[in-house]
Amino acid sequence: MADNNKNIDIQILPGALSIDDCYKFVLNEKCGGINLFVGTVRRWNKGEEVTHLFFEAYVEMAIKEMKKIASAAIEQFNLEKISIHHRTGKVGLEEIAVIIATSSKHRKAAIEACEYAIDTLKKDVPIWKKEFLKDGSYWVNSRP
Amino acid sequence: MKVLCFGVAKDIVGGSEIILNKEAVITVADLKIYLNKSYPEFLKYKNYMVAVNQAYANDHATISSSDEIAIIPPVSGG
Repeated sequence: MADNNKNIDIQILPGALSIDDCYKFVLNEKCGGINLFVGTVRRWNKGEEVTHLFFEAYVEMAIKEMKKIASAAIEQFNLEKISIHHRTGKVGLEEIAVIIATSSKHRKAAIEACEYAIDTLKKDVPIWKKEFLKDGSYWVNSRP
Repeated sequence: MKVLCFGVAKDIVGGSEIILNKEAVITVADLKIYLNKSYPEFLKYKNYMVAVNQAYANDHATISSSDEIAIIPPVSGG
């Protein structure tokens, strides 16, 4: 497998994420298409009012899993570059929890790879979201 | 043997790691049996995974105290 490291940007950050940083990383003259997925915090979840989220990561393993996703995306979709940034700690309404940027020669690969990356991230990457409601809190996917 | 805990597992054990009094090599399945017995609340989360050296491990994988072991409750990033 080719060394894709220079085409992969993976970060887990405790502060605000920058769409511009991800965009600039994937931007390059070989590509005619860039796709950005931005995951934000919404107020209503299944009829309950959310005040904020808290993200915890098993950082070392999460970075490994995100690198696997990035490498697979490059291989499968013939991407040029991919950037995945995930936030940790307290994240307020409308703030960004995750950004995925992909670039490819033509748009289709960038769009499909981006969807693959976010779907796989949600399934495999060891990061946990605690949802804070007006009247309590719970770990998402671990509510008994 | 040290076991790292995240998410709901941290709440169940009351800390970010637990120390098991086990020296022998055991399997991931053995570890789960031990955890479910010591902290019955884990039985509510039957689908939790175990990671060994920062990679998902199946029930047959063997672990010893030199490995980095972590309890991985159902993930919910993104």
